[in-house]
Amino acid sequence: MSIVDTSSLRARLDDHTMPSVNREQGQRQVFCGLAGIVWLHRKIQDAFFLIVGSRTCAHLMQSAAGVMIFAEPRFATAILQERDLAGMADCNQELDRVAAEVLERRPDIKMLFLVGSCPSEVIKLDLAKAAERLSETYQDRVRVLDYSASGLETTFTQGEDACLKSLVPVMPELPDGERSLLVLGTLPDVVEDQFKRLFAELGIGPVHFLPPRHATEFPPVGSGTSVLLAQPFVGETLRALYKRGATLLSAPYPLGIEGTLAWLRAAADAWGVSADQVESVTAPAIARAKLGLERQRASLAGKRISFLPDSQLEIPIARFLARECGMELVEVATPFLDRQLMASELALLPPDVRLTEGQDVEHQLDRVRQDRPDITVCGLGLANPLEAEGLRTKWSIELVFTPIHGFDQAADLAELFARPLVRGALLKV
Amino acid sequence: MQLTLWSYEGPPHIGAMRVAASMEGVHLLLHAPQGDTYADLLFTMIARDAQRPPVSYTSFQARELGSDTAELVTGMIQETYARFKPRVLMVGETCTAELIQDQPGTLAQGMGLTVPVLSLELPAYTRKENWGANETFYQLVRGLLKSQVPAPDSEPRARPPGQRPKANLLGASALGFRCRDDVVEVTRLLDSVGVDVNVVAPLGASPEDLMRIPEADFNICMYPEVADQSCLWLERMFAQPTVKTVPIGIGATRDFLQEVGRIAKIDIDTTQDPIWSRMPWYSRSVDSTYLTGKRVFIFADATHALAAARIAVEELGFTLVGLGTYSREFARDVREAAKRYGVEALITDDYLEVEAKVAELHPELMLGTQMERHIAKRLGVACAVISAPVHVQDFPARYAPQMGFEGANVIFDTWVHPLMMGLEEHLITMFREDFEFHDSATPSHLGSSATVGGRSTSRPEQPGEDAVPTDETSMAWASEAEQELRKIPFFVRGKARRNTERFAQERGIQTITVETLYDAKAHFGR
Repeated sequence: MSIVDTSSLRARLDDHTMPSVNREQGQRQVFCGLAGIVWLHRKIQDAFFLIVGSRTCAHLMQSAAGVMIFAEPRFATAILQERDLAGMADCNQELDRVAAEVLERRPDIKMLFLVGSCPSEVIKLDLAKAAERLSETYQDRVRVLDYSASGLETTFTQGEDACLKSLVPVMPELPDGERSLLVLGTLPDVVEDQFKRLFAELGIGPVHFLPPRHATEFPPVGSGTSVLLAQPFVGETLRALYKRGATLLSAPYPLGIEGTLAWLRAAADAWGVSADQVESVTAPAIARAKLGLERQRASLAGKRISFLPDSQLEIPIARFLARECGMELVEVATPFLDRQLMASELALLPPDVRLTEGQDVEHQLDRVRQDRPDITVCGLGLANPLEAEGLRTKWSIELVFTPIHGFDQAADLAELFARPLVRGALLKV
Repeated sequence: MQLTLWSYEGPPHIGAMRVAASMEGVHLLLHAPQGDTYADLLFTMIARDAQRPPVSYTSFQARELGSDTAELVTGMIQETYARFKPRVLMVGETCTAELIQDQPGTLAQGMGLTVPVLSLELPAYTRKENWGANETFYQLVRGLLKSQVPAPDSEPRARPPGQRPKANLLGASALGFRCRDDVVEVTRLLDSVGVDVNVVAPLGASPEDLMRIPEADFNICMYPEVADQSCLWLERMFAQPTVKTVPIGIGATRDFLQEVGRIAKIDIDTTQDPIWSRMPWYSRSVDSTYLTGKRVFIFADATHALAAARIAVEELGFTLVGLGTYSREFARDVREAAKRYGVEALITDDYLEVEAKVAELHPELMLGTQMERHIAKRLGVACAVISAPVHVQDFPARYAPQMGFEGANVIFDTWVHPLMMGLEEHLITMFREDFEFHDSATPSHLGSSATVGGRSTSRPEQPGEDAVPTDETSMAWASEAEQELRKIPFFVRGKARRNTERFAQERGIQTITVETLYDAKAHFGR
């Protein structure tokens, strides 16, 4: 495996040997941004997400994520009804009543998100104003923010971007002359703690994470803030942070050994940490990761993979599977391509890779059937039908629910793709 | 606005999807924003369907709202028609499309397609999933059969002599509770009394099958939630009578056969009991004595709630403490039944209300939906699922009908299994002060981590059922009385505590003693 060094990367960026992109439009088989609530509400433990939407939104939330194991979740839907739409009820009064009901049931809640949906967008319900009003009502007890996760504007993980962007204005000011590292994008706590330890050993700090684990612990932001992106789908939040003076440390995403090392190096360079120091700090974790990856590589090397567009994680994961696991990329599709945020990743993909932005699900399935890859990454609605056609699949949703970032999860990430292949080979029924 | 944590039914277009996904040769086009495609996974992941549901979505986005979404609709209709070649195309819209009023159904009907195009009205802000399924099935039946309706004064078709009577089985649908197996069981049941099945719909039917519905002598309304409107229309237009008894449980199955006999004009009583059930004997067997008076709470769709109430009371000897449904369309039937059983009916689609009721009544067994499974788990009550909405585990690999004689066997096993078995209950009562027979000892047949009637062995966060909120006036308990209370089996302890406190409160007793406890026991004794 080749560990990238930033100079060759920069050379390729200048070289413009970027893969070309095919754009597609048609039926999209992907969740809307509301699905992000499923992991966001687990991450920010004292926040409550109140969707202002329809019965469809409520149904999506309970069906899509199989989240019913949480008997009383920290999210709910205020379902719009005929009388709300017909103007017989004052939507603002109704919303105040529902918010009061939620906060009465959950006195532990410190932050309430009013989450816009397709219908609330179409009827132009002003949730920003409502959030302002409710913030005043619950002053000192609950902070009320709003964002839209409607399918009209957000695709799956973009919902997290919209949520995090709404947090930027309430982040405290980082005093002039101070600097800090801000890691942007939800990571599981276990991964966050691993990164904290690595940054501490590298002497990089202070390090903050957005979103925070508690609504009372917002990280500061200012001109001394350097941002590292943990997830590729947080572009809008990044732009809001720019406006508050933050700068981006460009790097591949911390997936796989190569991505994680390059990501840490970006921070190390900014903090003036020597290459030797980086090497000595990361060496044990890299050795462990290599050992673990070797086993998975045996199942994955030479196997062909196609990605249907879903989480925006497709490109970094494809890069990892191609470069560190020896897989052959048949097609890599992403719902939405932010060239700036993907620049470091695109440079690492094979220049001739078939890259698709957007979706026309029927045409994509036609190509999958024609290509017959060894494994296809797709949403839950498509997995079983493809399996029934004799094609192995990996549910993309697992990639946002499972810890996959960092050195110690590199083998786990590979294993997610190896398991369906191993299982396929095992079964004789 | 209605605050909703969990919902019993999806929006009405999900009902339309269930009908489309039940059938062959029918395709549904939904005018919907991206994201609404989530519903496909209900079919592929919960019911484990090997095909995608026959549904296409326009996936409109914000940028298209300003321009011409209607163009998007017609383009999508053309593409869908060319790709899937359906023999009937249904067109509907989801909640957001309803607001922008593109009239996709009218657009589709104006496109000159060579197959029937059905425009569905699915009011997303007033109606729900079962209504949507019922309406869609009715529109399909009516749309395909209205040209065949005989003149009002024409003679009803007589069955040729020697021919076995024929029935249609209507209402079974994708994502319905055990519909797949109920169809098989009811077909067997009818065959045993000499009745043939003409058409099963919507499950497994094609548009051509629907056209053959009038060839049957009568209809069986298996699931009124989905088929009652269609049955009513067929009764009016084709003079096909409807069998309305739903054959879930031994008594209901017998009544069902009687009704079939009456309508088909065949003698049921001379037919040997060709299918036989173990259930009546198992229920009479002495080991079942302990089932007597078990307090059961039922909340489900109307069909399954009503059937379960009768089985619980008449066939298992349970005591019904609560009966409810989320099917508002059938609220009257459930209210009447509740009155008959002397309980209050709970008609609601608010999961929180159901939970509060269960906490208040503290039953020993909860019969409900996937949602009640969670309520029961939280409150430490044994539970069996009897109705949609369902979970992947409610689509068992084995044959597990609810209807007919085999259905009664399945129900006996399913409902009795989660309960503590009689002998074990005695042992725990006898040895309850033995350190090994503590409250959280699970029945041996449920495994080490199971919730029993039901406490799990590790629930550190749960204060225990005797700490169920007893309202603001918490009474003082003398320590001996508190000790004595602990000797009462845990599954009735909460009730005993509440009753004793109520008893004491009504009599102005300040501190509850052992005497008060037993006085209250005598007062409330079963």
